[in-house]
Amino acid sequence: MRAGGTVLPGDVARPRTGGWRTGTRPAVDLSRCVDCLVCWIHCPDTAVRQRGAVFQGFDFDLCKGCAICAEVCPTGAIRMVSEETPLDPGGVLPGTGVLADGQG
Amino acid sequence: MAKVELALQVLTGAEATAHAMRQIQPDVVPVYPITPQTPIIQTFSRFVADGKADTVIVQVESEHSAMSAAVGSALAGARTMTATASQGLALMVEVIYIAAGLRAPIVIAVGNRALSAPINIHGDHSDGMLARDSGAVQIYAQDAQEAYDLMVMAPRIAEHPDVMLPVMVGQDGFQVTHSAEGVALLPDPDVRDFVGPYEIPNPLLGGGASSHGTFAMPDSYFELRHQLVQATEAAEAVYAEVAQDYRRRFGRDLPQIDAYRMEDAERAILLIGSAAGTAKEVVDDLRAEGERVGLVALRLYRPFPHAALRAALAGARRVAVLDRAVSPGAYPPLYSDALGALQGSATTLQSYVYGLGGRDLSQRAVRRAFAELALPAADRIGYLGLGGEDGDGEP
Repeated sequence: MRAGGTVLPGDVARPRTGGWRTGTRPAVDLSRCVDCLVCWIHCPDTAVRQRGAVFQGFDFDLCKGCAICAEVCPTGAIRMVSEETPLDPGGVLPGTGVLADGQG
Repeated sequence: MAKVELALQVLTGAEATAHAMRQIQPDVVPVYPITPQTPIIQTFSRFVADGKADTVIVQVESEHSAMSAAVGSALAGARTMTATASQGLALMVEVIYIAAGLRAPIVIAVGNRALSAPINIHGDHSDGMLARDSGAVQIYAQDAQEAYDLMVMAPRIAEHPDVMLPVMVGQDGFQVTHSAEGVALLPDPDVRDFVGPYEIPNPLLGGGASSHGTFAMPDSYFELRHQLVQATEAAEAVYAEVAQDYRRRFGRDLPQIDAYRMEDAERAILLIGSAAGTAKEVVDDLRAEGERVGLVALRLYRPFPHAALRAALAGARRVAVLDRAVSPGAYPPLYSDALGALQGSATTLQSYVYGLGGRDLSQRAVRRAFAELALPAADRIGYLGLGGEDGDGEP
């Protein structure tokens, strides 16, 4: 560790703040998502992924479960669900669509 | 040894410190006035206003803000100094811990003063002891000349790659800050050459990206605090190295421990600061009377020079440790530190407290301490000058 706890680019390969969640995580109904990325700009933990102007789901290694995305989503596409609720990759509610890149 | 012969000027400790700052020309000085530090920053502000120092003085609304601004400034890449005392230092302490933890090499001139209540503007070491465990290096001057010399040495200690810590340069309030005496200033270019450029790793304004003040979980906090401990410990060797270079260049010797007439001394006094002058007078008088006594005065208090103190006191059977601060309900700080350093040695210590709130330490009181060292050890703290019993101060 650097003196004083100074952190330089590359020092932290992969932060994992997802372990801070306490039971719920965001889930998205892709059929209602309009790619406005309001969730992306509000997320304090860069846990909303995007490519260009296209919503790409959530990164649950980073998401702390704060629910700000669900609060600000203007179309009601995002809601908080139990960790046990089965979701498609990226936090997509099953049967509501497939993310553009098709990845989780 | 290249002795530099220079004319003496009549300066107070505060003025001498301001001259050191003028010669060093720190980039930034965030500061808030407080007695007895005020003449330091007042004199320095005049130098800046007169164009004699190229420094940005940041006028802030409190010492907490002064130190906060200093942390940002030092980490941004600017040589940074500030000054404070007493309640101001108390307010600053929270951020001194942060400065030490972030390894920000800020030089803090301190006009040591008592703490409230009751309110008192005069000298003692209670304020410095508040920051004792912060990780900041603490050095204490005996007189105005030392206040100047140590201030010139301080940036080199603070900014050394092994240290990177705040350095507090203490001088006793009024007894040093406001007392005028002969002081020899070094030539400006010599000071600038001695101090050198300000260089820290990864400054915020250095062109690269860096994060300072990040969060540390239980998996890293302990290691980072341990790094701080090691840095403070490293400051002892760095102090010695800087003092040696200072002596080599300018012929002035300011070792971390001032051992005075300790050769064959059976009894000794250990203390910090301006009272060393009074104690040396008494040592001279008692030596003339045939008594084997000596004085050890610490310039470096944090890190505590354990081995050097043990060596300095090796021949003494009894040592009176004179603290200018208290730790109510426990033995005072210097005594406790010395006890730790002398663990297992044949030297026994006696604890005394003196000089709180600016009360003078009389020669009679120092004589009493030496006399009591010839008696069986007392298992209690002695108070010198309390209630007027040593003919000093008001009862």
